[in-house]
This record gives sequence, structure tokens and C-alpha cells, in this order.
Amino acid sequence: MIALRNIQKTFRVPKREAGFGRAARSFFRREYTEIRALDGVSFTVPDGQTVGYIGPNGAGKSSTVKIMSGILTPDGGECEIDGLCPWRDRKKHVANIGVVFGQRSQLWWDVPVADSFALLRDIYGVEEARFQKTLRELTELLELDEILKTPARMLSLGQRMRCEIAASLLHEPKTLFLDEPTIGLDASSKIAVREFLKTLRREKNTTIILTTHDMADIEALAERILLIGKGKILLDGSFEELRKRHGGKKLLTAVVDGGTVPVREGLVLLEQKPGLWRFSVDPALLPVSDAIEALAALAQLRDLTVEDESLEALVLSLYREFRV
Amino acid sequence: MKKLRSSVRPYAALFRLRFVRELQYRAAALAGVATQFVWGAMEILLFRAFYETGAETPMTFSQLVTYEWLQQAFLALFMLWFWDADIIECITKGNIAYELARPMGLYRMWFTRVVAQRLSRALLRCVPILLVASLLPSPYRMTLPASPLAFLGFLLTAFLGLLVVAALTMLVYGLTFFTMSPGGVRIFAAAVAELLSGAVVPLPFFPEKLRLIAELSPFAAVQNLPLRIYSGNLAGTEALVFLLVQLFWLLALWALGGGLIRRAQRRVVVQGG
Repeated sequence: MIALRNIQKTFRVPKREAGFGRAARSFFRREYTEIRALDGVSFTVPDGQTVGYIGPNGAGKSSTVKIMSGILTPDGGECEIDGLCPWRDRKKHVANIGVVFGQRSQLWWDVPVADSFALLRDIYGVEEARFQKTLRELTELLELDEILKTPARMLSLGQRMRCEIAASLLHEPKTLFLDEPTIGLDASSKIAVREFLKTLRREKNTTIILTTHDMADIEALAERILLIGKGKILLDGSFEELRKRHGGKKLLTAVVDGGTVPVREGLVLLEQKPGLWRFSVDPALLPVSDAIEALAALAQLRDLTVEDESLEALVLSLYREFRV
Repeated sequence: MKKLRSSVRPYAALFRLRFVRELQYRAAALAGVATQFVWGAMEILLFRAFYETGAETPMTFSQLVTYEWLQQAFLALFMLWFWDADIIECITKGNIAYELARPMGLYRMWFTRVVAQRLSRALLRCVPILLVASLLPSPYRMTLPASPLAFLGFLLTAFLGLLVVAALTMLVYGLTFFTMSPGGVRIFAAAVAELLSGAVVPLPFFPEKLRLIAELSPFAAVQNLPLRIYSGNLAGTEALVFLLVQLFWLLALWALGGGLIRRAQRRVVVQGG
């Protein structure tokens, strides 16, 4: 169980303008800009839930994850994870969690991956028999067999990320924090990571907090979405709720031979190319059948598809709505 | 007993991994041995010229030769300018995030790494230098320790000296959190330490006042003490007094460095997202 209450974090960043004169001045008198990275963040996550933590760059996602994993100390607010405060009881707390930072590496660069794993085994004090069992499971699920004896520097990004994830789970943590675990991965590696996380959730009931910019990750994994922007939680709900609340809009793609674009309330033209029109339809204002009728009346339709609006588009419209 | 084993285990593992890593760099070790051998020979020849002027000297030539060879053989153990690039990168590039996600104290974890790095390097390189130096013809030969007691004293003060230099290095890493550019602190520390530790010229050759300052500084508690005890240049009560000074500096530097790292940890900003 994770509980955050009114977490605040401000960073002081030295302000320096371009140019020699300004640089010289700031040599003697530093000016700082205060950046409110987190401005009263509160939420609770029950055991076993998978939460997708989303928001644009600089919204405060990583800061929140770093506070929850005991790395950053907030300026104010309370946080309790399984009865421990991450920064006050850091050493005890981090023994129960696993962390993956997609943009960094926890493997020792110049030794085989297996050696890094053995080090982690000893750092976390995992019993040998237990370690071997976990390692076997992870090796099988993440297909690490071939790469365990390779030095980390010789791995491809996809291979490395699979090893990073395995490394963070060797001590069987109850909670797993993943900060952009699929960044830079190719499609098949992304799918492998997602499938693995699904299995992990099913078999170990691990609580997973995931930040990502890839909406397919969220769609595949998250039961719940937290949207953060400018240091505040803007939205908290399940993926389905989100869809409903934001209209469950449909995407209409029409292939046409010509004609005029219909203008109706609830029908928004997203894109117009010769012979191809894309609309967003809000069924609350305009039933989809009416939209098709209106379209058929004014244009020579050749083909027509109706789909759910993608999560990607949904999130984009959310960012716009909240101006983050 | 079991509790002791489990609390030692992470540190032993850090040591083991460091040795494994060091063993991979055979060419670097070989190059190191060659450089240090040539450097030692140069220093000794330089001093030879000085001794031939007939000036009054505070060390016998044989003591000096032994001092130089030991210094070169155990260079990795005692030189302050050996930095752990991984640790510096951790601080300046933000990988510290992973270090803090481990159930270990940051100071102890890094201190262990520093000691392990120096020890693994020195052990890999000292053997050929000591071997060759003890086979050289007479005036240039490294002698055996002055007495069995001197040898024990050497082992003890060398080990403590290693801890002192590691504690000094930790101080520099601690400051790097605040300055972010490690260059300045490191160059300054290395320049001052080099001189005051007796790495350039053994401390007995210093003018009286400067010598006193240097000998009481933490830098003299690194190589100056073990190397002079080995050759018998320092013995008896005098050696004992310096042993106490060494212990004092070790405790003081631990306290200082621990406090610094704790402070840094509280206000740590993880660089780069």
C-alpha cells in the first residue's frame, strides 16, 4: 500500500542568461529560479495495482518516483509505503522495492551481467537457493539465457533493458517502480517487456508504478491512470472511466471521391487530405449513424471506418484541456 | 555469527567484483608496472646525484632507495589522485539514483569501493616491481625490513594509511556533490597532498618548519609513515606518536566525510531527469 499526502518539492536552479557580461555578473551574484516540481501531490495505491503515471516532460513524474523510492527528500508532505517512510527509513524501505530507471543503468559496465546479479544478491542478502529460483524464473520469462555471461557494455538496448528489469526483481520486491522502462526500445522488445510485467502482476501480485510516454504501455498494463501536470495530480481514474468521461469519442476516417465537408455540432474535422478526411465524433452530441448520414449526403463515399479514438489522442486532448 | 556474516556479505561482494574487474585490464596493469619502474629508477638516480655532493642527509641512501621502490610498488594504494570514475560519474550524471536505491549506507558503500579499487590495483602491480627491485645490484637494491617489528609496523600503518587515503578521497567525492565539476577540488587536493604526503620528496628532506606542518597533516598519515617505518628511518616512540596521529586523522576524516555525505544526500539533486 502506497500513500502520498500533499508532497511538495521545489528545486533551485541557478539562473544564467546567455552572453559574456551576464555570465560574469552571475559569477559574483548568483540568482536562482525556484521550480515547483511537485505542488501538493496526493494519492493512494492499494497492493497489487498497476498504475500508469503519465504527464508531459517536466511534469513531475520522475520526481514523484524518486521520492517514493527514497532517493529524493521532499520539502513537505507525507509518504508511507508498507508502513515505512521512504526517506526516513531509506535502507529498510529500499529492501522492499525494485526500481528501474529506463535512462540509466544499474549493471556494472565491464563485467558479465551474471556478476552484477551476484553483487545484487549479496547487497540485498538474498539466500542462495531463493536467488537461484528467482533467477531461473526471470531467465526464462525474459529470455536471458544467452546474455547472462555477456558484459553489459556489449548488450543491445533491448537486451540491456531486460537485464535491468531482472536486476530490479532479484530480491522479489513487493513494489516495482518503472521510470520509462520502454524508452528507445523497438516494437518487439516493448512487447516482451509488457508481457513480462503482465505475468509478474498475475503471479506475484506485485504493485507496479509505471511512468511512460508510450500510451500502448498504459493501454496494455495500467488498470488506473494518474495524470500529472505542473506538479499537480490532474486526473485519477481507470482507463475506461477516462474514455467515458471524455466522451468515448470515435474516429471516423472517410475515403471520398469529392464533395463538401459536412458541418455539424459534435463533428470535428481533424485532417483533410485530397480523398481522405478524418473526423472526431462525439456520440453525446451526434450519434455516429447521423454523422455517417450527413457525410454520405454531401460526399461521394468510397470507404468508411469507425474506430475508438486512440489513447494517444485522448491524452493529447487532456494535456490541452489542462494546459500542461 | 550469522548476523555478522550477513552484514559483511555486501562489502565482501563489492570487493570481489572490483577484483574481477581489475583482472580484466591486464594491459593497463603491465603499462602501470613499466611506468612505475622507470619512474622509481629516475627518482633514485636523481637522489644519487644529490647524495654524491656529500651534503648532510636525513636518510641513508639505502633507506631512500627502499622508500622509493616501496612507493612505486604500492602507488595505487597511497596516491591521492586515483579517482573512481564511476563514483564521479554517479554524482555528476545522476546515476546516484541507483546507489541510493540500495539498502546500504552511501558512505560505507563507496568507501568499500575505493579501498577495493586501490587494493586490487596494488596487489596486481606490486609483485613484479618488488621482485625486480630486490634483485638489483647493491646500492640500488630494495632491502629487507629493518626488523620483524618494523615489518609488522609497516603492515599496520600501511593498512591504516590506505584507510586514511580512502577517507580523504571520500571527502573529495562529498565536495563534488556541491561543486558538480570535480576538476577543481581534485586538482587542488592532488597538488597539496602530493607535496605534503612525501610523494615528491620524502618528508625528512623538508626544511624544519615545513616538515613539522607536513608531518602533522593528514597527508603524512598515508605513505610517509609505513614507508619510513619499513626502512627503519622511523622507529620506537617517534613511530608510536605518529601512529596515534594517523589514528586521529582516520577517525576525524571518517566523521567529517560521513557528515558531508549525509548532508549531500539530503539535498541531492539527481542530475538529468
